[in-house]
Amino acid sequence: MVRLDAVSVTLGAGRVVDGVSADLSGGVIGLIGPNGAGKSTLVRAIAGLIPAEGAILINAEPVATMALRDRGRRIAYLPQGQTVHWPLTVERLVALGRLPHLAPFARPGEADANAIERALERTDLQLLRDRPVDELSGGERARVLLARALAVEAPLLLADEPLAALDPAHQIEVMALLRAEAARGATVIAVLHDLTLAARWCDRLLLIDHGRLVADGKPGEVLTADRIGAVYGVSAFIGEAQGEPLIVPLTQH
Amino acid sequence: MTKSFRINLTLALIALLWAGVSLGIGPAHLGWGRAFAALLGQGDPIATTIVWQLRLPRAMLALLIGAMLGAAGAALQGYLRNPLADPGVLGVSSTAALGGVLALYYGFAALSPLTLPIFAIVGALAGLIPLLLLAARSEGPLALVLAGVAIATAAGAGISLALNFAPNPFAAVEIMTWLMGSLADRSFLHVWLALPCVAVGLGLTLLEGRALDALTLGEDGATALGIDLKRTRLILLVATAIGVGGAVAVSGAIGFVGLVVPHLVRPFTDRRPSSLLIPSALGGAALLAAADALVRSVPTLEEPRLGVVTALIGVPIFLHQLVRARRQW
Repeated sequence: MVRLDAVSVTLGAGRVVDGVSADLSGGVIGLIGPNGAGKSTLVRAIAGLIPAEGAILINAEPVATMALRDRGRRIAYLPQGQTVHWPLTVERLVALGRLPHLAPFARPGEADANAIERALERTDLQLLRDRPVDELSGGERARVLLARALAVEAPLLLADEPLAALDPAHQIEVMALLRAEAARGATVIAVLHDLTLAARWCDRLLLIDHGRLVADGKPGEVLTADRIGAVYGVSAFIGEAQGEPLIVPLTQH
Repeated sequence: MTKSFRINLTLALIALLWAGVSLGIGPAHLGWGRAFAALLGQGDPIATTIVWQLRLPRAMLALLIGAMLGAAGAALQGYLRNPLADPGVLGVSSTAALGGVLALYYGFAALSPLTLPIFAIVGALAGLIPLLLLAARSEGPLALVLAGVAIATAAGAGISLALNFAPNPFAAVEIMTWLMGSLADRSFLHVWLALPCVAVGLGLTLLEGRALDALTLGEDGATALGIDLKRTRLILLVATAIGVGGAVAVSGAIGFVGLVVPHLVRPFTDRRPSSLLIPSALGGAALLAAADALVRSVPTLEEPRLGVVTALIGVPIFLHQLVRARRQW
């Protein structure tokens, strides 16, 4: 699906992503690492939003040379933050996800209406469809923006910190939605900060530090106490609760 | 009939109604009957001359210019994602005004009624060049706004300089009055000059509706949806320079229409920037036609200038709107 071959990104004077190589295909893949490690930059590069050195291939086709609308259909990108500049209704906002599918000057058709409906249904937003987004709570808004990304119905979903500013219930809800997308066959790449959630919900984790990929594998293999200590600079308790992984950062080194 | 069609139809009827009303108003008291008979080609020669040579071009210009200013305001508010944006923010209306002022200053304006508007259009296009050079590289809207501010300031300084060095007080007054904006004594020549500019400006602006909608999600969000933001910016810049430049060229600077009209029509739309473009054009046409009818019905010796009246009408409506719907941009 996604093939990264020695991907580097230079922003200004700094090399923010440094020689990341990986094959990413299927499931929910978590990108973890400290603030400023280059996770968001890597996601933006995969989405084709910023130029990168090396090769980023989606189904063997370089992202850099894809036609914009074609790329828009193949990669759904959920940006960081909850930017919505105008108070559109939920349905209108979700409908933006269909823009890459519309030929110039064409009106949305039945396929678009169906995709919007599916996205609203999966995110349980049907009852809120006519509400302006500025009247919604943070959790509802996160769901609407995710629904917008789902409406693209792209084989690859990139989510940059989809859990930021969400309470535990909404965090679990969003992770479950991402899992459901992966179950439908999409490859989901999500930037995450909560290590317990990452360990519990992701099939695979990529740990990034200073722009480099320092670990790649199953959550249990990636998240060791030593590695968390080395990368995040904290000692951590790693255990289990009711059969689920539990990672608690304890003290700063 | 969809909601948006109903709104567009209503606004179009209001605009035409005001344009019709304005045909019956003027220093020569023709009355509605004589004015409309003349319009239909069945009037007496005097009424026919007045309606066809003076009032009709004026009404048409009010509709054209109002439409361009309204649509440009809506498009720029969408593009910059800022409810305070108006066509003036890019500075091209200022450079257009500077072009007009130079024509007046150097006396070219007296050569032919078309010299001044042509100078103004050249001014608008000249303003586009530094704008493209300064803002072409960066992706975000901030560079564009800052470049616009710089260009508007430079053009404003040029205008002040012309006033400063005006050869005589009459020239200064002439420049000042032109700057206040007016549609008095315009002919079909002006209509033929403004029409292609406005047609191109409006047409290009309407092309970008989808891009403006996508920008609701920010620049990354829009690009990820397949929108080419560089193209969008180029098209909107050219559309504004040609359309608004052409409008300013024949009317002088008419402020506030581009700022206030999108706010007035926004509550009647679904708030997508694209769904705001046509209602803003029609609303701008209606507002300017109404304002131009109003300036002619005030019984003063000197007609109040159109730019002054649009501001006087616009501000209270705008404030009312702000108080009523503070939350909903």
